[in-house]
Amino acid sequence: MSQPTTTHKYTTTGLDSRKLGMWIFLATEVMLFSSLISGFLQMQARSPAGANHVLNIPLTAVNTFILICSSLTVVMALSAIQDGDQKKLRTFLLATLALGATFLGIQIIEYRHLIVGEGFTPAGSLFGAGFFTVTGFHGFHVFIGLIWCAWLILQAVAGRFTAAEHMRVEIFGLYWHFVDVVWIILFTLIYLL
Amino acid sequence: MADTTTGHGFIRHGGRKLSDYLVFNTDHKVIGIQYIVMSFVFFVFGGILAEVIRAELAAPGVQLVGGSQYNQLFTIHGTVMIFLWIIPAFTGLANYVVPLGLGAHDMAFPRLNAFSLWLLPPGALLLLLSFVVGGAESGWTAYPPLSIQTSAGQTIWAISLQFVGFSTIFSAVNFLVTIFNMRAPGMTLTRMPLLAWAMVATSIIQILGTPVLSAALAMLTLNRVLGTNFFAPGAGGDPLMWQNLFWFYSHPAVYIMILPGFGVISEVLPVFARKPIFGYKLIGFSSLAIAIVGFLVWAHHMFTSGMDPLLRIPFMVTSMIVAAPTGVKVFSWLATIFGGKLRFTVASTFALAFISMFVIGGLSGVFLASVPIDIHVQDTYFVVAHLHYVLFGGSVMAIFAGLYFWYPKITGRLLDERLGQLHFWMTFLGFNITFMPLHLAGLDGMPRRVADYDPAFFLPNLIATLGSLLLAAAALPFLFNAVRSLFRGKMAGPNPWRALSLEWTLSSPPPVHNFPTPPTVEHDPYGYGESVVRSA
Repeated sequence: MSQPTTTHKYTTTGLDSRKLGMWIFLATEVMLFSSLISGFLQMQARSPAGANHVLNIPLTAVNTFILICSSLTVVMALSAIQDGDQKKLRTFLLATLALGATFLGIQIIEYRHLIVGEGFTPAGSLFGAGFFTVTGFHGFHVFIGLIWCAWLILQAVAGRFTAAEHMRVEIFGLYWHFVDVVWIILFTLIYLL
Repeated sequence: MADTTTGHGFIRHGGRKLSDYLVFNTDHKVIGIQYIVMSFVFFVFGGILAEVIRAELAAPGVQLVGGSQYNQLFTIHGTVMIFLWIIPAFTGLANYVVPLGLGAHDMAFPRLNAFSLWLLPPGALLLLLSFVVGGAESGWTAYPPLSIQTSAGQTIWAISLQFVGFSTIFSAVNFLVTIFNMRAPGMTLTRMPLLAWAMVATSIIQILGTPVLSAALAMLTLNRVLGTNFFAPGAGGDPLMWQNLFWFYSHPAVYIMILPGFGVISEVLPVFARKPIFGYKLIGFSSLAIAIVGFLVWAHHMFTSGMDPLLRIPFMVTSMIVAAPTGVKVFSWLATIFGGKLRFTVASTFALAFISMFVIGGLSGVFLASVPIDIHVQDTYFVVAHLHYVLFGGSVMAIFAGLYFWYPKITGRLLDERLGQLHFWMTFLGFNITFMPLHLAGLDGMPRRVADYDPAFFLPNLIATLGSLLLAAAALPFLFNAVRSLFRGKMAGPNPWRALSLEWTLSSPPPVHNFPTPPTVEHDPYGYGESVVRSA
């Protein structure tokens, strides 16, 4: 079915339904990650002190910076299409994709190092169980975001977005920012504290 | 977005012929019917499981099934009835009725709506498959450590519930956006049908509660598959964490199963009492109050699980507080019918039965919220009787009230009232004969979830089993009536009940795109009786 082309569709609140729906959906995501984080904290509380010393803080700090940069590029992409700049839109969406993929790649390298190099596994300790579950769920969300972003790039190349109709870029941005914010919380809780 | 009249290929919009109902269809009315019919299949399936359970319990000793099979039976019975019967049945009714009642042309996201529906068959299929590999047998509550020790069916059970969970999350998003964004001009929040208010409260619970269950199920699955020892006490894990997460969703989930029922009753009663609903705002806001307070009561399921005794007190208090907004509703309904010219149709009879049965279940719920009583009757048949009074005496009665009420709108034909009365009385009597004696067995200490029992409990169990046969038979006149009336029922016309909400201004069944022009709304749909001074 084709995408809606009407930009000023009447709604009761005046808000675009897709945007409202995304905000409500993000509320479920908040609850999902709250539950996973409490699961992690409970496992951490039952682990010996310093269980997180196995983690590589400098590498992950760089990774965190990369993900935060991708939030910036999403904002730039949205700002570009609001000005009707198709080329910039494509560039910044591509940058977002690249940054997100880099984040995920580094996370996979980190996992591999932890599991193979350090013998730190999901089943090996309670801390490992909590760590891999909550960061794994986050990584999965990044992965979904990357697929979404790639799809938006294809749409952008096909010229489907205009200065008047760019809601789907904005909604993706909401999701992507959410995923970034979750990571900042996870990085603080798991690595730094 | 929904203005595609025909759709193409796989995606269709509108129900013109039978095959339109068997495929991915974006019309909320078709999806509503798909939900309702699908949920009835599971109602029958879950009912058959219940009959096997009751047959096993007809006499002390082990008759039909062994302990492990018995465990699987009540596990799948509970799971099916909750996730594949009551919740989808209400979702289906609301899917059909709410957009019409708001004056909308469809739900806000028609394709997402269809997607929510079509998540259910794979979920259900997985649940049935779990039987093949040795079904889940730790109850619908799946407490560890049992749920991390039993056969592979438990893993499949957990994954199947993820499908159902996604379905409810997406449909809740859809309902909230529809209700807030798709109302006809003039349809203010306090002019909405109360069913819409009930769906707001229900959807809020689904949005905030379901992901917590999803997380818990994911951890359970990982615990079973990858060996992450979240819930394994032997490895230092915390089985109580499961209970906390599970009940954080699953206690509010009982409100997911009852709030839409409250909405249905609030629609049905004023029509047949010919009086305006009493306390519109109180009913609407009390739904929200239940949704909010409902998130603060979960640990009352865990009074005997080894929690800090001091913590029991606040959870007891919050649990009892839920009775206040619920009582507000009950008194509002009583005040609505008080002094009215009550017409006894099958729909209104089921609605009245809902009130009385739900009050019994609600009051035994207040008993159970009280710590000393709960410690005495925890895991006995008193709890089984209580929850069935709420979920059958409450939710199921409300589903039937709604079906008898909206069937003529949905199909264009009336259900046969005499068959309906037969269905009602068989259901009402069968239900009470089945579950009333179980209160007594429970108070005397009969434990639930065991295939065998002390011979002292023989009499109440025999009565319950006989009652359950009547209850099962009650489905027959209904199913016969529902199918026969499709072809032979009296034509309903647009408004057989002389009701005032917007769906009754349309033909029966309504046209594919509902309203030819958006209606303009000037007051709430409860202005029954001319001489009554209206507040809206």
